[in-house]
Amino acid sequence: MNGFQGSYSMNENKTGFAHEVAAICVLAGKILLQNGAETFRVEDTMNRIARNFSVNEAQSFVTPTGIIFSIEDRDVTQLVRITHRGTNLRKVTQVNSLSRLIAEGELGLSEAYRRLKEIERSDHVYPNWIQIVAAAAASSCFLLMFLGKWEDALPAFIAGGVGQAGTIYFHRLTKVKFFSEFMSSILIGLIAVLSVKIGAGSELNKIIIGAVMPLVPGVAITNAVRDVMAGDLVSGLSKSAEAGLTAFAVGIGIALALSFN
Amino acid sequence: MNLTVLIVQAVTSFLATAAFGIIYNIPRRPLIHGGLIGMVAWLIYFFLYGWSGNDFAATFAASFVIALLSQIFARRFKNPVIVYSVSGIIPLVPGGLTYTVMSRAVVDQYSLALHLAEKAFVLSGAIAMGLIFAEVLYQIFKKRHLSNPGKVGEGISMFKK
Repeated sequence: MNGFQGSYSMNENKTGFAHEVAAICVLAGKILLQNGAETFRVEDTMNRIARNFSVNEAQSFVTPTGIIFSIEDRDVTQLVRITHRGTNLRKVTQVNSLSRLIAEGELGLSEAYRRLKEIERSDHVYPNWIQIVAAAAASSCFLLMFLGKWEDALPAFIAGGVGQAGTIYFHRLTKVKFFSEFMSSILIGLIAVLSVKIGAGSELNKIIIGAVMPLVPGVAITNAVRDVMAGDLVSGLSKSAEAGLTAFAVGIGIALALSFN
Repeated sequence: MNLTVLIVQAVTSFLATAAFGIIYNIPRRPLIHGGLIGMVAWLIYFFLYGWSGNDFAATFAASFVIALLSQIFARRFKNPVIVYSVSGIIPLVPGGLTYTVMSRAVVDQYSLALHLAEKAFVLSGAIAMGLIFAEVLYQIFKKRHLSNPGKVGEGISMFKK
């Protein structure tokens, strides 16, 4: 946001003040939405921050692809387009604590803006290799939870790790949606088929189910249903479409790999 | 059900849930708490399913417990509810069922695939209903007993504090 001064006070310049409050609210909303917070949390946080800066007429409308924020009687409206979304719940936690600080009146406009920018720039908590190991461990744990055999834990570990590495790599390669899920599920399927062929694994289905769990859009589906129930119909329906297509991408990828069986 | 099964299920569900927290970039402390919530919920699911054979009821009960514990932890440690609930839900998601749907569909067994897809859909509904049910109960409790009452059903206000 250009021209952010942080120096207006309420009485001096009402429009300028409202613009800066709007800039802070929209930035907070953008960070939340891009990192996996739910629709009503995003709207609620934005309205709350506005209210804490004594702007009471704020309205926000949040969908998965964009935010509209407006302050009614000051002619302030901002629109932000959201093009990519991921899950980085640390940023959500940080914005949440920041909004608490604002509520306690401990942060001024410019300080709040500066901290939000810092949060936006910050990186992942865990480096890639830890994420890959985590996905691999989760895969073999899921295999055991679904009463798979112990000897299948190793193939699931490898398949899950390669799947997560593939997701990270293909996501970096292209921003085309569903492509990284599709390619990684092919990899997972191929590894599972191969491991059964060479005798390292026994139950193909369980290995694939365990390893594919990190890719399955389970949270997306649940959040979509909850959004609809909360009255955020636009978000709910678009999220379910996205989750459905992700599930299809994963399913088709696995099906392709299974044809080599 | 012997002790080995219990221990294996408890340890693996804790590890799996915490590992998912790492993929979602959840900070360290909520990660451990989320893992514990996931473990408790999975054990409830596992034994309820084994005992009654009704996966709808087991899923509902487990997601109810996840939402309730997440609310309590979120209030106690002043974090968003989602960091506690998100990874606990994962084991309940009918991923295996969805996989079976796809694997049936590609061998042209469409009616079986459709049948299973409906079941997967109903199970996702059970997760969502469990979450919402817990949240409404929590709101009512908060209204009755705590100083700062929220209106019941004011949005689905699971994440407002």
